[in-house]
Order: sequence, then C-alpha cells, then structure tokens
Amino acid sequence: MVSKKFKRVDLIFECKGCEPISVVKKALQMTPDEVISSIIESGLRGRGGAGFPTGMKWKFAKEEKSNDKYVICNADEGEPGTFKDREILDIVPNKVLSGMAICAYAIGAKEGIIYLRGEYNFLLKPLNETIDKFNNSLSKIGLDFAVYIRSGSGAYICGEETALFESMEGMRGEPRNKPPFPTKIGYNGKPTVINNVETLVYTAMIINIGVDEFKKLGTNDSRGSKVFSVSGDTPKAGIHELELGLNVADFVKEFGDGDTKAVQVGGASGFCVPRKQFNETIIGFEGIPTGGSMMVFNSTRSMYNILNDYLEFFAEESCGQCTPCRIGTQQLIKGIAAVKKGDMPSDYLDQLMKLTDTMKIASKCGLGQSVANSFSSIVTNFREEMIY
Amino acid sequence: MANTEKLVEQLVTKHGVCRNSLLPVLQGVVKEEHFLSDVAMIAIAKALDLSSADVYGTASFYSFLDTEFRGENIIRICKTITCKMKGKQKIVEVLEDHLKIKEGETTRNGKFTMLAANCLGWCHKGPVMLVNDDVYPELDPEEVVEIIEKYC
Repeated sequence: MVSKKFKRVDLIFECKGCEPISVVKKALQMTPDEVISSIIESGLRGRGGAGFPTGMKWKFAKEEKSNDKYVICNADEGEPGTFKDREILDIVPNKVLSGMAICAYAIGAKEGIIYLRGEYNFLLKPLNETIDKFNNSLSKIGLDFAVYIRSGSGAYICGEETALFESMEGMRGEPRNKPPFPTKIGYNGKPTVINNVETLVYTAMIINIGVDEFKKLGTNDSRGSKVFSVSGDTPKAGIHELELGLNVADFVKEFGDGDTKAVQVGGASGFCVPRKQFNETIIGFEGIPTGGSMMVFNSTRSMYNILNDYLEFFAEESCGQCTPCRIGTQQLIKGIAAVKKGDMPSDYLDQLMKLTDTMKIASKCGLGQSVANSFSSIVTNFREEMIY
Repeated sequence: MANTEKLVEQLVTKHGVCRNSLLPVLQGVVKEEHFLSDVAMIAIAKALDLSSADVYGTASFYSFLDTEFRGENIIRICKTITCKMKGKQKIVEVLEDHLKIKEGETTRNGKFTMLAANCLGWCHKGPVMLVNDDVYPELDPEEVVEIIEKYC
C-alpha cells in the first residue's frame, strides 16, 4: 500500500463557508437526492472513529417514512487524546449547524439536537447565541428546521450513538442492541441521523467546494482530510488538519520530539504503533483509522503505565450492562498487575489477550469490543515492559 | 428543604412532564444544589411520575450527577495519561495541601469538593481542571491556589 505525502489542509477552520446560511442556500438549490448522492459520491466516512459512509446513513434515513425525524450532532467527545470537536464548536460553530441543516433538508427532519458533553458546558452560552441566530436565519430562508442543545453529564459511553439516545430519553446511558440502526429506530424510536461534529462540517464543505475538489484529497478508502488532535511528547501539540492516508513515519517526522517510541492512534480504544512499524502503517481506513486522537510517546514513558491508564479508563467508563466488558476490563487491570509483580508467569499475558478476543466478540458495543485494540498492540509490541 | 421542592417544580415546568426531561431536571438541581439529595430525587420522581429508585438508578449512572454531598464548588482534575505526563500529580498535591483534603473529599466548610475526572478534552494543554463549569488549561502549580481563591 502506498501512503500519501504529508500535507496540511485547511477546510475545517478556514473562514470560507463559515458565513451562516450561504452553504445551506446552496444545498437548497439541489434536490434532497442530489445532496445525498453528492455526499455518497464524495466518499466521506464518519469522523468520530467508526467510519460509516455518511451519505449512506443519510440515504437510509431519507428512505424511512416518518413525520418525525431527527438530526443529531454527536458532540460527546470523550476519547482520551481527542479535543478537536471542542475547537470546531468553539471556532466554526456555524459550519456545524450548516451541516446539520443540510442533512435535515436531505432526509426531511425538522428537529436538530447537539448532544454536548458536560465537560464542555462553558461552550453553552456562546453556542446557544449562535444557534438562536442560525435558527432565525433558517426560518427566513424557509427551511423548517431548528437546532437546540442537550447536555451530557460526564459519561464517556454516551458518545456511543444508541447510549446517547438512551441518555436523551432520560435513561442510563446503556447502549442498545443493533440492529435496528438509528436511521430506522433512533431517538424517540424515530429515524435519526447521528453524525460527529467534524463529519457535519465536512458535509457542508463538500456542498461548498464541490465533490470533485474534496475527492482530490486522500485515498480510495479514506477520502478527504481529517482533523487530528496531537498530544503527548510533541513540541506541536494541538489541532492539525491533514490529508488522510499519510503514514505514521511522516506524522512522527512532523510531530515527534526526535525520540518517539510509539504513537497511540485513535485514543484508548485505538492502536499503539511502535517505532518499527511507523513506515508501514497508514493513518486511514486502509490502515489504522482514528477519530483524531494521536498521542505521541517518547522513550522515557512506561508503556505499562500507559496501558494501565487506558484500562482504568475503560473499567470506569464501562456501562456495566454486559459481562464481558464489565468483568473483562477489571480482570485485565488485575492481570497485568499480577504479571508485573511476578505473581503470575509472563505467558499469562497470552491468556489475557485471549480474554480481550472474547471481549471483542461478546461485548455489546464498541467500548468492550475495542479494548483488545490497545491491549494487544501494546502487549505484543512492548511485552518486555509488561513483564519487567 | 421546601426550596428544593420548589426548584424541582420550576424545572419540571420548564422542561415538561416526560421521561425525556429527566436529565435536564437532574442537571438543573445539581447546578443549584451541587448534588442530588434524597429529597430532590423523591420530588423529581413524584413530579415526573417515576419511581424514586428509577431516578436514583439513572442519576447514579452519570459522574456529573452526584448523589452524595458535594461542596459549593466542584474541582475536577483530569487524570488521563497526557495530563499525567504534563504534571497533574503536582497540581493535585498543591490543592490537597491548600484545601487540606484528599481527592474525592469535601472541605469542612463545604466550599470545595475535589474529584478526579477522565479526559476533559484539553490534552494539548494539560494539566487541566474544571471548577464547576469553568475550565483552566495549562495549569501551573504556582498559580492553581490563586485560581481556587477566586471561588472562596
């Protein structure tokens, strides 16, 4: 697989298209089906991490016959190492709202909701002011759609789409079984499109700059660019929009501190890429996809401590409804501690990896399923650090 | 405690009598009273026609909906790996020393509760803490006491 060269892009934060409404007006000149086929044609995939083709999601929701449909902006960003959605909502909220309005027009929804994590409550006041103005402008151009905010209350799992619906319906944030998918039965049991903050901005930008322009960026599997949240041992911590399809080596050349030993791509639920795999690992859907979290670690860091930190995070944030995830996360913490202390032999790590395989198959949602990603990539590549 | 019941009544009127209102109502009570007392949860259950066990069960799921007594100001310090790497432990120590409490505890005068939080979304500017809804990134151990004093 050939990777793309390192290239900075400026679609999300540039000001073209952040004037409210102008992009929406442009979309209104197209038919809903034309809007949806543009998004499908662009190859855009969800930027929250799971990477579902956005246009297909819109298409499924449009095909549902219902008087009530919803567009939900998932702003429950909580993956360790991710902070791009906060910056996007802070700097270019109008672009997010435009994306929501375009989606509403395409699928025939009248109500839009931003589910904002409680940790970002300081954004409520400015965001509500922007929303009020935006809703006003929408009614002026005759689009029957309005957006409001719902706050989260500090539960990572509510970023999982069906847990988010449960939370908005006044329940514990426990994920539902899928299928049925949200486009059929979502919030309040109605067809719902739920997209990540960044995804919604890209839909607006695709309408704004055109499908062809967008498609020039990225690879076959990973079209376009992506906002990366870069943190850890890097002199350039912050938000960086890059063309998709670059390899980790080029990423490290730009963002490393000269002593990078590993990059955690995709946060606690992502994969740890060790130095020896930098060249061959592509950042994108053909390699390692990421919701944007890129944590850079240099050789002074203990990978055992990092893994332990991730596991504690999962154990705390597991909703507890399914056994593999609830018990599995706790056993993994105890397990690596026992190996480290010498209470268990080193090949016990292989047993623990089998446990993560079981969790991957048997857990109900992405949280329990993805524990295996960081666990096996860290334990396999840094086995000696787990033992000694 | 009559105040709590009045507050619940106002919140329920604002958000509507339906299950979907439960979180906004719980959040509204926490905003005013910093935690959910039994009185508050029973009042909410009554107003929304739910069992109080159901209200407690829902509230206890969410880390920002405390069902235990909390101080007037809640300090949440991010404990996730990147904030750890940037020295969050020192911040915790300074605050523990200044407030004379450990993480998870409330000061005797009921002014502050100090809690650890999972990723607060400021990994490029750690260490970070929230005081109520206010965010303080790039914390310096020498400035953190000054910040806290503003809430006294």
